[in-house]
Amino acid sequence: MVEFILNNKEVSTDLPRGMLLLDFVRYYKNLTGTKIGCREGDCGACTVLIGELQNDEVRYRSFTSCLTPLGNIDGKHVVTIEGVNMSGLNPVQQAMCDNSATQCGFCTPGFIVSLAGFCLSDKQATQQNAIAAVDGNICRCTGYKSIERAAAQVAELMQNRGEEEPIKFVTNNNILPAYFSTIKQRLKSLSLLLNGNLHKANLNSPLPRRERAGEGVFVGGGTDLYVQKHDEMKHTHSHFMFNRGELNSVSKKSNKCIIGPSATVTDLYESEIFKEYFPQFKKQVKLVSSTPIRNMATIGGNFINASPIGDFTIFFLALDATLVLSNGTKKRELPLRNLYKGYKTLDRKPEEFIAKIYFDLPDRNTLFNFDKVSKRTNLDIASVNSAISISMKGDVIKDAHISAGGVGPVPMLLKKTSSYLAGKVLSEELITEATEIAQSEISPISDARGTEEYKRLLLSQLIKAHFITLFPTLKVEELLLN
Amino acid sequence: MNNIDSYTHTRGESIYLDDIPLLQGTLFGAVFPSPFAHGVIKSLDICEAEQMPGVVKVLTYKDITGENQIGGIVPDEPLLAEDEVDFCGMPVAFVVAETDEEARAAVKKIKVEIEKLPVITDPREAAAKGELIVPPRTFKLGNIETVWQQCKYIFEGIAETNGQEHLYIETQGAYAVPVENNAIKVYSSTQGPTAVQRASCRVTGLPMHMVEVDVTRLGGGFGGKEDQANTWAALCALATHVLRRPVKYALSRMEDMAMTGKRHPYSSDFKIGLDKDLKMIAYDVTFYQNAGAAADLSPAVMERTLFHSTNTYFIPNVKATAYSCRTNLPPNTAFRGFGGPQGMFVIEAAIAKAAEELGIDKDVIQKRNLNKTGDEFPYGQKAESEAKACWEEAESRYGLDKIKDEVESYNALHKLNKKGVAVMPVCFGISFTNTAMNQARALVHVYFDGSVSVSTGAVEMGQGVNTKILQVAAEVFSINPSRVKVHTTNTSRIANTSPSAASATADLNCKATLKACLSILERLKKVAAEELAVDVASITLKDEWVYADGERTKLNWKTLVNTAHLKRVGISEHANYSTPVIYFDKTIEKGHPFAYHVFGTAITVVTVDCLRGIYEFEAVKIVHDFGRSMNTSIDIGQIEGGLVQGIGWMTMEELIYDKEGRLRSNALSTYKIPDIYSVPKQIDIHGLESQNDNLAIFKSKAVGEPPLMYGIGAYFALRNAIKAFNPGADIPFSAPMTAEKTLLALYSKTAKGLNVVNKKVEISVQSL
Repeated sequence: MVEFILNNKEVSTDLPRGMLLLDFVRYYKNLTGTKIGCREGDCGACTVLIGELQNDEVRYRSFTSCLTPLGNIDGKHVVTIEGVNMSGLNPVQQAMCDNSATQCGFCTPGFIVSLAGFCLSDKQATQQNAIAAVDGNICRCTGYKSIERAAAQVAELMQNRGEEEPIKFVTNNNILPAYFSTIKQRLKSLSLLLNGNLHKANLNSPLPRRERAGEGVFVGGGTDLYVQKHDEMKHTHSHFMFNRGELNSVSKKSNKCIIGPSATVTDLYESEIFKEYFPQFKKQVKLVSSTPIRNMATIGGNFINASPIGDFTIFFLALDATLVLSNGTKKRELPLRNLYKGYKTLDRKPEEFIAKIYFDLPDRNTLFNFDKVSKRTNLDIASVNSAISISMKGDVIKDAHISAGGVGPVPMLLKKTSSYLAGKVLSEELITEATEIAQSEISPISDARGTEEYKRLLLSQLIKAHFITLFPTLKVEELLLN
Repeated sequence: MNNIDSYTHTRGESIYLDDIPLLQGTLFGAVFPSPFAHGVIKSLDICEAEQMPGVVKVLTYKDITGENQIGGIVPDEPLLAEDEVDFCGMPVAFVVAETDEEARAAVKKIKVEIEKLPVITDPREAAAKGELIVPPRTFKLGNIETVWQQCKYIFEGIAETNGQEHLYIETQGAYAVPVENNAIKVYSSTQGPTAVQRASCRVTGLPMHMVEVDVTRLGGGFGGKEDQANTWAALCALATHVLRRPVKYALSRMEDMAMTGKRHPYSSDFKIGLDKDLKMIAYDVTFYQNAGAAADLSPAVMERTLFHSTNTYFIPNVKATAYSCRTNLPPNTAFRGFGGPQGMFVIEAAIAKAAEELGIDKDVIQKRNLNKTGDEFPYGQKAESEAKACWEEAESRYGLDKIKDEVESYNALHKLNKKGVAVMPVCFGISFTNTAMNQARALVHVYFDGSVSVSTGAVEMGQGVNTKILQVAAEVFSINPSRVKVHTTNTSRIANTSPSAASATADLNCKATLKACLSILERLKKVAAEELAVDVASITLKDEWVYADGERTKLNWKTLVNTAHLKRVGISEHANYSTPVIYFDKTIEKGHPFAYHVFGTAITVVTVDCLRGIYEFEAVKIVHDFGRSMNTSIDIGQIEGGLVQGIGWMTMEELIYDKEGRLRSNALSTYKIPDIYSVPKQIDIHGLESQNDNLAIFKSKAVGEPPLMYGIGAYFALRNAIKAFNPGADIPFSAPMTAEKTLLALYSKTAKGLNVVNKKVEISVQSL
């Protein structure tokens, strides 16, 4: 049984927990405003908002309902386009109309929902932030300029919020329906009703029998599983990790950062620890998928799906992160760099899940960078991505970890390249030599994301980009032309 | 006036195909597509699929009650494969089951044994093997053979453009419903209701009055649903005809991408000759169009490539030849611009080649050769040109020289990033090049309560045509627009429609609406004159009131129409409009095929990150020939949207078929269209308000396709930025200029005895 609030109504269903929210709202609740565009989280036509209690407030995030299993929304508030309709147009809808930001209209509900999500967030009321809210929404008609203008108008709406709590502000100002102000209480009642179901599992409780036997799959955000195994997932025996509060924390213990495997990219992004230790994180994260996918995709899932170009796998490989794997009773530690044995093969038993991820936070002498190039700069999968963590002592490289994705069957830590750099004085020449060594470590293949020739050149460029970014005094010209 | 659909669009209440409430007993279809691009079917085993839960029937070509044929221009396309498959994704069988899930599960149980035949994916290879869809055609002007002698400079080369996936966000689909007495009603997401009707009839064997096609709106079309909506509709109609049950099929994204055709890739040879003043005096071009496995609309697309082979330039001696080449890809089809963009890219490449070899800016040659009124196109029509007006307005309004200077000084200062600028003038002919298709009908009912209903053959797909139609009715009757409703496009209300295409939909259907409304107005005025006992010539209608000699009378709109009805005067009208003047004689390839041309000029500025090979478009500044726009917000939306679609085609949208003819860029994760961050930071649009009379509705020129071609400027701006970083860069004229091609070009070595990468183009500079 899954119970949640759908727009302004409490609903419960016995449909499979692996079933997609998109199909549920469209075909079981006849809420056809949520559209099907791609069923792989790449167009945003099916965007909904998911609200949940967080520090005694309801926090809303946008999700693509095409990749959201019912199992991930238990006890939450689901908002579809119908849930933001008021009598007449709400001011967000009015902004889209005023600016002629809708043509064929098929993507429009997704944009409206994303913009409503912006209004419900505590983000600063800027056009830039409103645009960021729709970075996962694709429109084939307008060329987006009218949508940008509408986003400015929506940001304008939120201008006077000040310190007022967003839900209060949008309901008091008739931006969104009044029922939003009742949701907090209703989610609380729902969690009471569900007490014993929700948040029951914890790290130390043994896994259910079928999981212990290695049956079924662990599902995080679902953003990869539901793309790769779309047809099977509805009826697969799944163990949903996403709702387990204790698995999505980001914390710090002395110089170590500890991340729960169900922490999403957004969770990292919003954590004070990442803000402090990775000041460029905001910029780097913009290169990774889109707002709704970042709201859903978990770090653990990114590791386990074993994509050779998983952005966060590459990110954490350079940080030399360690995993704690558990089968519910026994735990073991495994460095991330040893997880991958071959294309999509892992040093992991079917009944094991990631219980914890930890890594050393960069000290004052350690610099970090992540870079990525894809066919489309944003909302795309990398042709090649790479990260570097480099410790300096004066102008000598004490230690370096360079990772690279898209250049082999697994996400790679470039061990030879990294160790070649250690102990040497940083120079343009050294960097060029490093790119040459990197070429000997990789084995890219030609595919839809680029030819082998391109990926080889691109990795060299990204290694140079790391150094140009981290060491602005380097002579750029020498690096570019060698 | 905003798009009249904005209200329901933003509330999620607009109805698309998949939103239509289902009738009880509705079944769901799913296609079993050919896994191979070319081969002979040795056996097809549907037994296991038929035994799957929920399966009602698996249809093959043997179940077709009419003719197994859906080819429009050429009858060369079976609905379901018989003994041969010609492209990967070709429908072989159609499973019909109780649920969508069951239908798709059963598809996986179908087994086919195919003896593979050689696969052709390259149009030049097809041409060499004589695999042509239709005989080649040649347009000629002047005498190309003798003029080469007079050329001071001659340049040759190859130019290639890849295809483009339409990526309408709403996938293809249809829903067929049985109606009594063996008739069928088909809901379809189609730009061509009559094409769907025709294909459904042909396949079922029913006459056209037995099949009613109804279209509310599309979630995007862009040409992709002009002819290619037929397959799914015909399959559903066939299944409904056989089973007498409602049957629905809404394609998944991957099915849609794998099974449908796209914009045609072209590979072309050019040879251009200039005189000492840089006037282009000779142009010889041969186009190899990759048509895919069946004709579809390819012959018509090829024809428009020829029409637009000289873009907006006057070249006195031209020979343009085009081959439509049969390959083993899904049949390629209409896409905004319809072959025009492909033709224009080649002439722009030829000019760029000349400019680069001569060491001058491309726009020097472009500007010197713009056509003027009276200049003849290779197809015989004389230009009514706004080319210079647009160019000069863009040049002065946006300060082209200043932009170029700024780019130059930026490039002198910056090592990591380089800017590039390009000017792209466009001239696009408006009308279906098949003269017979330039006709439309409108049915206007005025109800005695004063409300008005309009039906036309136009299909609303976001372009705002219904809004323009509504504007026409409201303006003619001078009534509040809220009194008018534009209804679904329905073949029982409006018959024998032309598809919504060729940028001509608003012109044709608005003009038909205008005629119908004017007829009713005339009769209403007569009634008013009688009622008021005044001369009919003194009657006018304004803001819902009847005026006599400029004085408001006691009659308002509502009382007038009610009076007319009581007097038994007809207040409905069905009107027919056909574009005057136009004709084309294919035997001599001359005529006057277009009602008029649309002109414009765009200036594009790009910044390339020379470290990573990625880029951002700083600005596109456009002067566009609107005529006199009747709805500026809609028209600007068409320009912005068309431009960005064109930029997508020229930059990130990369179709990838492997040698086996399988689509590798088969999902949104591998085929990228512009997102909100990849569009130009600034788009300026200035309307050239030309006062000349034209055949457009209310002189408001067509706007659907022309802006797409502004996007071609993106390619040439990128080229210039790359050259600023690496002046000797070897860059084949090959679009799209993806991040990959950009990076490889930035670091390509010059031909000076070094590593020559992808050297395809042989250049000959002859100074005579």
